Amino acid sequence: MPETDTAAQPSTPAAGGTGSPPAFADAVRDETSLRRFLHGLPGVDAVGLEQRAAGLATRSIKKDSKLWAIDTAISMVDLTTLEGADTEGKVRTLCAKGRRPDPEHPDVPRVAAICVYPDMVATAVAALGDSGVGVASVATAFPSGRSSLRVKLADTAYAVETGATEIDMVIDRGAFLSGRYGQVFDEIRQVKAACGTAHLKVILETGELATPDNVRRASWLGLLAGGDFIKTSTGKVSPAATLPVTHVMLQAVHDWHAATGELRGVKPAGGIRTTKDAIRYLVAVHEVAGPAWLDPHLFRFGASSLLNDLLMQRRTQLQGHYSGPDYVTVD
Amino acid sequence: MTTWEYAPAPESRDIANLKPGYRMFLDGEFVEGGGEPLKSINPATEEVLAEVSTADRDDVDRAVKAAGRAQERVWGPMPGAERAKYVYRIARLIAERARELAVLESLDNGKPIRESRDVDVPTASAHFFHHAGWADKLDFAGYGPDPRPLGVAGQVIPWNFPLLMAAWKIAPALACGNTVVLKPAETTPLTALVLAEIIQQAELPPGVVNVLPGAGDVGAAVVGHPGVHKVAFTGSTDVGKSIQRSLAGSGKKLTLELGGKAANVVFDDAPLDQAVEGIVNGIFFNQGHVCCAGSRLLVQESVAEEVLEKLHKRVATLRVGDPLDKNTDVGAINSREQLTKIQELVASGESEGAERWTSPCPVPDKGFFFAPTVFAGVSQAMRIAREEIFGPVLSVLTFRTPDEAVAKANNTPYGLSAGVWTEKGSRILWMADRLRAGVVWANTFNRFDPTAPFGGYRESGFGREGGRAGLEAYLDV
Repeated sequence: MPETDTAAQPSTPAAGGTGSPPAFADAVRDETSLRRFLHGLPGVDAVGLEQRAAGLATRSIKKDSKLWAIDTAISMVDLTTLEGADTEGKVRTLCAKGRRPDPEHPDVPRVAAICVYPDMVATAVAALGDSGVGVASVATAFPSGRSSLRVKLADTAYAVETGATEIDMVIDRGAFLSGRYGQVFDEIRQVKAACGTAHLKVILETGELATPDNVRRASWLGLLAGGDFIKTSTGKVSPAATLPVTHVMLQAVHDWHAATGELRGVKPAGGIRTTKDAIRYLVAVHEVAGPAWLDPHLFRFGASSLLNDLLMQRRTQLQGHYSGPDYVTVD
Repeated sequence: MTTWEYAPAPESRDIANLKPGYRMFLDGEFVEGGGEPLKSINPATEEVLAEVSTADRDDVDRAVKAAGRAQERVWGPMPGAERAKYVYRIARLIAERARELAVLESLDNGKPIRESRDVDVPTASAHFFHHAGWADKLDFAGYGPDPRPLGVAGQVIPWNFPLLMAAWKIAPALACGNTVVLKPAETTPLTALVLAEIIQQAELPPGVVNVLPGAGDVGAAVVGHPGVHKVAFTGSTDVGKSIQRSLAGSGKKLTLELGGKAANVVFDDAPLDQAVEGIVNGIFFNQGHVCCAGSRLLVQESVAEEVLEKLHKRVATLRVGDPLDKNTDVGAINSREQLTKIQELVASGESEGAERWTSPCPVPDKGFFFAPTVFAGVSQAMRIAREEIFGPVLSVLTFRTPDEAVAKANNTPYGLSAGVWTEKGSRILWMADRLRAGVVWANTFNRFDPTAPFGGYRESGFGREGGRAGLEAYLDV
């Protein structure tokens, strides 16, 4: 199998503290070490994983703890529009929604970020101003990732130059599945370098990786290469985010923290539409990764319709009765 | 850093339809017993839940005779397809009254509602469903054509899974054409009496099932009655042995499901995160009141430290408290007597030099509670490695090679269950061949299904419950 020239070279920690911590210097020395490290991670038993995820999903979150969860979830939303039909108008409305999710209740927190394609970044930046809402841009030939590294880096640079504060890159699943971990690693490294100060979320597209063992390896690969977040999915492949897959990724950032002292984030994306679902994810964050991860700097929801359900449930909690979908804004 | 406290989410105790008094079920009717009434208490609060009438010798005699009549005249001669309808109806009614049964079980036993709701009650219903299917297919069970029932089954069950054990006992007996005299445990008689209500509601002929609450003397009277043809007992090894002695030469068919000290063996190539879940589920499920609990963790030395660290972190997240709270993971110890026994064995572990670690979780000050505890550095000679604790206490031992793991796992007089954690399929089979246990779980623990036979050997008893093999205990074969 022909190797790309970038993968053949041993990786050296890039400037700006994006290198792997000393604990894993050996793991990323070369392609062989990387493979040995990733294949040496303990396996994941899919049956046990699903049992645990289903068990935790039965937690019953009520009253004050539910209201807290709803507000926390709102502040963790990366409000997303990734359509071919996106227009500047659509992005501006979404930004307005993100700044002030519920106009009748100004105490509702703003969302974490607006997530758009690179050509919409400038529009989003202008619309958000100094609201504190981040602008996340997908990049690297999203969603398939099938292009040259040159194009991927240019895609990233374009998003960063126009003002993106966060980059959601996709990994090359083809390279990963054919075992070319070095190539995936190097691509993430280089995209990270192209990000500058922007935060990097590494999309694993777990629906295409298929097995929890692969998800664990890809998670560690993303963390070793310097991803600030690991993210489940593009939302364009089914299944997108699932609780068991998110469990594996939360365990990875927990173990990463235990080994290095560094806090890295997790972002499930796609298919999370209801408050009930969101709370199940938060319970997993709380009990698998730990309470420290209940923070928008370390956990995000990639979602579009989730926000309105959170707003409706929030009103229900405060008013004691359900309102309808016409009482929240459709953007 | 943030803190997220889960608000209390208690299931309403009104759902249990708790009555001030419960009476025994004899020959199709609820009647006062001749024994001294007992008070069933809620182990989480120590309050009295209800007064329950108990049987005396005459009641036992009447119940066995009623069961004998029902067996000879109605239930035995009835075609299997007809019996199946009754058994099926019981399954349906348990499912319909699932919430009521779950809350009542948690009140009376102390187990968390999460478990009574998601495990005990659905599995009890599933046992009746499964055996309803067998009732007209006994010709094909592998015991020859038209296998005959034994007659009257005298059954004595423990307090750890009150409803589920009643289901395990009654369902196969009825499906095979036997009638039943059942004695529930002294501390947990309530759900068995609601099951009797369900049996009445399902319009089973009078006498087919009789439920007689009481203490050990009632159990002894049931198993010793000459009109009983089959005895099934689940409980402690000591009582099991005395039953076996008393039945010697009587011609009664006997099955015993007794204690255990199961080894849960974790190899270094195991899926460690799931192994930790399995260890937790193996010993802290139902407060460790499980005869097949994985009470001895055997972990390969090369990963012992890592596993122990992960285990402590995971066990610390277990929520101990009100059994009716839907977020409770570990409920109340069933009785003060059991709590004292656990405390005594834990003290012996400390004095014998094992390193004790106890979860820092908050524990209610009222009721019988014991925080999840893990002993490291345990050796085979310590009491906590040999005796059944029957509580939320795990003993951790290490091994170096597969042979050593097998030797240590088998080094117990018990032989009920075992667990193997490894990603290597061939090693699972190699271990299962050598482990002297009736049930060997691979990469999981404490999984129960009506289609899977369950039971042990050596001091864990004999006979199987569930599956095709479980029918043998209730057929004259």
